[in-house]
Amino acid sequence: MEKDKTYNRRDFLESGMRLGLALAVGAAGGLAISKATAGEWVWQIDPFACTQCGRCADECVLSPSAVKCVHAFDLCGYCDLCGGYLIPGSNEISTAAENQLCPTSAIQRKYIEDPYFEYIIDEDLCIGCAKCVKGCASFGNGSLHLQIKHDLCDNCNECAIARLCPSDAIKRVPASEPYLVKGGFLEPALG
Amino acid sequence: MQKRVSAYLALLLSFTGGAGYAQQRFPHPEFESGYVQPEPELPDPRAAPLEYLDVLVLILVLLLASWFIYRKRSRKGILWLGVFSLAYFGFYRLGCICAIGAIQNVSLALFNPGYAIPFTALAFFLIPLVFTLFHGRTFCAAACPLGVVQDLLVARPVSLSPGVSKALGLIPYLYLGLAVLYAATGTEFIICRYDPYVGLFRLDASFLMIVLGVGFLLLGLFVARPYCRFLCPYGVLLGWMSGFSKRHLSITPAECIDCKLCAGSCPFDVIEKPTNGQAAEEKESNVRRFLVYALLLPVFLIGGGFLGGKAHLLLSGAHPDVRLAEVLASRPEVKNDPDNIDVQTFLASGETMEALAGKAREARQKFYYGSIALGAFLGLAVGLMLLRQVIFRERTDYEPNKSRCFSCGRCMDYCPVGKELKQA
Repeated sequence: MEKDKTYNRRDFLESGMRLGLALAVGAAGGLAISKATAGEWVWQIDPFACTQCGRCADECVLSPSAVKCVHAFDLCGYCDLCGGYLIPGSNEISTAAENQLCPTSAIQRKYIEDPYFEYIIDEDLCIGCAKCVKGCASFGNGSLHLQIKHDLCDNCNECAIARLCPSDAIKRVPASEPYLVKGGFLEPALG
Repeated sequence: MQKRVSAYLALLLSFTGGAGYAQQRFPHPEFESGYVQPEPELPDPRAAPLEYLDVLVLILVLLLASWFIYRKRSRKGILWLGVFSLAYFGFYRLGCICAIGAIQNVSLALFNPGYAIPFTALAFFLIPLVFTLFHGRTFCAAACPLGVVQDLLVARPVSLSPGVSKALGLIPYLYLGLAVLYAATGTEFIICRYDPYVGLFRLDASFLMIVLGVGFLLLGLFVARPYCRFLCPYGVLLGWMSGFSKRHLSITPAECIDCKLCAGSCPFDVIEKPTNGQAAEEKESNVRRFLVYALLLPVFLIGGGFLGGKAHLLLSGAHPDVRLAEVLASRPEVKNDPDNIDVQTFLASGETMEALAGKAREARQKFYYGSIALGAFLGLAVGLMLLRQVIFRERTDYEPNKSRCFSCGRCMDYCPVGKELKQA
């Protein structure tokens, strides 16, 4: 079974094809690399585009969702009658469960000083349903809004929520600036 | 952090004229009790150097795999390297980013001017292809977590008839074509969405994907590596590379003694028997068939393109703009359905029906050309598959099919030749 060591037609074709494939990979890579970025990208919700449809709670590959409500305290009015905390037409302004808008009681209401109340999100309970966000945007300052928490997010190649977001509010943002938190409106330096 | 966000918002406001935002319904209180306002907790994502570490690990795994295949000729080495990759890329990195999914990032980057592809995605796409072009599909054997999880579950592999294998082997071409089409048109990433094993890595998935995942795992007990052989779109590209690779795993370290011990060792049916002059006998009829199939190639190409063009309406239905426009046009009553989130959001956005129809038409136009290309590609794949049936290659040894072999190294353990040499 002597191996034929001469460089025959088949070898020539094979190395030709190999060169062709190498060039093809190089061309595709070269075209793509001209658009490549050194930095990584992560998914984030633009709070101004978000329409609080509720899909963030259901469509994330994680359960519960990596989307959580974030409270931009700079923006909050610390209202007693909070549109994000109380269901519309609630019996009374209290922490009783039947008065809460949040289905998981993830918002903690705390008395600060007359007449102000602080609202803090318990992230372990929050499911990202945006019910409070809708309430706060409709009746309040809009200080409650959704963000993707990057300690939870798996950073899927294509975000399952982004695919279904009706207002295309979920975008790739540079990993160096991974949050789009509302706020800072009260700072005079902003103008 | 907060400052940067403020800067972002300042930018945003300057564009949108955000006077409305600046005037709040309820002013921020001036606290007198010494209350300190908390900051929202915003944990950082995984650090960029760790992403580059993934690329480094991939390169090291591929180098080690080549070393195990060519120097050590060790199936055991490949096996444990694979287990490491499964743990690292699968369970630690949760299956993202992977080379299979990176096809879509590259397609999107090539066809969509607005998308900047992350360096790691491009690296994960290119590096295995380059390695395969030189050393065969060692990526499948030891680096791909999807491949390894299937490889570990090969229990009672059944041998499929060559015809069935060939026919099922066309599915990856379809999957690859569809994945590129859907990614290039910005519709969705179907490879990631229908990855049956990622739910296992994350121990979390939707019900449908759990059913699919468990189904594939069970199927894999009997049909070895079902995803790799009959679905994997990246396997198509790797197959092209491996078919013309510079080196490839050889079953025997020296001269094949035709002992047939390796013949049944491959659970993937890729070991090809010596031809024993069979090719020469059939030569004349093969030449005729070769000519016929070669002449049929353009027919397959054009026919496929024609059928693809016909299918573009169907295929474009997955695009969100097209879907929404179709629903609104065909069933206007959905406008009154408060539960249809997409329709209600569109109506609330104030966008005109004409603008939506324009976007949908644009997407359909892309799908029209894309579907023709997809059809032509599939036609070509079928034509070349047929053509390959009549190309006989004289083989004197038992050899793995270079393009389909995963370089898992099982057959090397069955070859007595090396062991004889060691004893001598």
